[in-house]
Amino acid sequence: MLKDITLGQYFPGNTVVHRLDPRTKILLVVVYIVALFQARGWVGYGLVTLVTLLCTALSKIKLRSMFKGVKPMLFIIALTALLNIFYTAGTPVRPGWIITWEGIARAVQMMLRIVLLISGTFLLTYTTSPIALTDGLELLLNPLKKLRAPVHEMTMMMSMALRFIPTLISETDKIMSAQKARGADFETGSLTRRAKALLPILVPLFVSAFKRADELAVAMESRCYHGGEGRTRMKQLRLERRDLIALILGGLFLAGMFVLKGFGL
Amino acid sequence: MAEIITENLCHTYSAGTPFEQTAVRDVSLRIPQGQFAAVIGHTGSGKSTFIQHLNALLQPTSGRVLLDGQDINRDKYARRDVKWKVGLVFQYPEYQLFEETVYRDIAFGPTNMRLGKEEIDERVREAAAFTGVEEALFDRSPLELSGGQKRRIAIAGVIAMRPEVLILDEPTAGLDPAGCAQILDNIRNYREKTGATVLIVSHSMDDVARIAGRIIVFDKGRVAMDGTPEEVFSRARELSLIGLSIPKAAQLACALRDRNIPLPEGIFTHERLLEALLAVREGRTC
Ligand SMILES: Nc1ncnc2c1ncn2[C@@H]1O[C@H](COP(=O)(O)OP(=O)(O)O)[C@@H](O)[C@H]1O
Ligand SMILES: [Mg+2]
Repeated sequence: MLKDITLGQYFPGNTVVHRLDPRTKILLVVVYIVALFQARGWVGYGLVTLVTLLCTALSKIKLRSMFKGVKPMLFIIALTALLNIFYTAGTPVRPGWIITWEGIARAVQMMLRIVLLISGTFLLTYTTSPIALTDGLELLLNPLKKLRAPVHEMTMMMSMALRFIPTLISETDKIMSAQKARGADFETGSLTRRAKALLPILVPLFVSAFKRADELAVAMESRCYHGGEGRTRMKQLRLERRDLIALILGGLFLAGMFVLKGFGL
Repeated sequence: MAEIITENLCHTYSAGTPFEQTAVRDVSLRIPQGQFAAVIGHTGSGKSTFIQHLNALLQPTSGRVLLDGQDINRDKYARRDVKWKVGLVFQYPEYQLFEETVYRDIAFGPTNMRLGKEEIDERVREAAAFTGVEEALFDRSPLELSGGQKRRIAIAGVIAMRPEVLILDEPTAGLDPAGCAQILDNIRNYREKTGATVLIVSHSMDDVARIAGRIIVFDKGRVAMDGTPEEVFSRARELSLIGLSIPKAAQLACALRDRNIPLPEGIFTHERLLEALLAVREGRTC
């Protein structure tokens, strides 16, 4: 059901990866993505895959949970693969076919690239609580405040959105159950019928979401929230030695990928 | 006609993830036709999870649920049909109202049953009468009414399906005393008029003592006690161990008995206590 969506879900834990500073992890994910796009050949992809698997193992996230995150994207992955198989020039697999060996290789690499991209970013959200994530983001983007970018407001909105996603999901679940108990049918019928069947879910969901937003605003104001100016944190983020080590390793990884790229591997 | 039996019912949420949690453990119960039973227990004891199995909204992780001797999860159609026979009113049901008018919201269930227009109309009026929703409200938007009114409209929406078993999850939660009394009255009235089986989830011992003929106490997903109010409330010590208390009137009767006022056993409601105290004053014991 809805709860099976793991998008952006946080798996609490106490591994090195969990304990890294969120800023470090965000930076490392950026490094990871840049590195991933330097992969040219099997060696490059192999190295990125190895690093991903290593980080997954370090954070004690089950491969099954990883796969769950990738699942919603399967369609896009398959489509990319198909397009690459058919539209890459090269030596045909058999004389006269449009499928080429190069196409197959490219398709596999493309699939790998998307899966790795998703896995890498999910590793971040799986091991970092939403609050830590937005705190880290805010601190990283702090320089932009000089340019009058509303960094605090944006990250506050983001942390609220993240905070309320599970609430909204469980609420949707509850409303769906309640309407099912009155015989609502969301699974059968024509497309228009099914679209109409969503009304009994969407109306109550919006009503309560607006109410909740209103209450939250009142609760924040009555605790004197007035924006980011001069706000302090309960949990001060501090970079530790492990952050330094992780960043150095990330830098080495990136450098390695550039070297491999230079050799066209 | 409408007897519910659960056999070794277990339910585990999010099985196979770090969030795995067993909410119902090995519950075997028989709720015969026409009974007025109450399920009570601490928050998180699995009451809501349990009752959602009785109309196949949740499927058991293991065990079975039988309605009139037949497994309600035997196939897709059975799972759907059981919703008409076993009406389930969720906690805070007012959050499920969505139609433009009160009338259409109450008619949502019967419409899904594909009944005829007249039949639907008859049922909506009947359900509204049972729950004390005046017909003058029929054309209003349900969203602009008071909390108590919304609650009664939502209950009417389930009663309009004429379920043989009516299950209500904390129907009085968050209402003022007058609103509580009215809803409990409505439910009792529905049972008396239709002979339906009623199962009510509550954490208010006082409510339950007043209306239920049987009390099922849940603790950590298991049935800890099951019996008449007399039987259950006589085990006040055990109840307090699982975080529940006996009704206020019974507490008061106990305290008075400790001061040598000769009150009889089995006092759970204010009315009964008053009666007994008057009898004591007149010098007789009853
Ligand atoms: N949809 C759900 N997903 C995961 N866990 C749940 C869900 N609903 C309830 N639980 C858990 O199951 C246990 C029993 O909950 P519930 O049946 O709602 O208890 P009660 O109604 O007695 O308060 C609780 O520990 C709760 O956290
Ligand atoms: Mg509950």
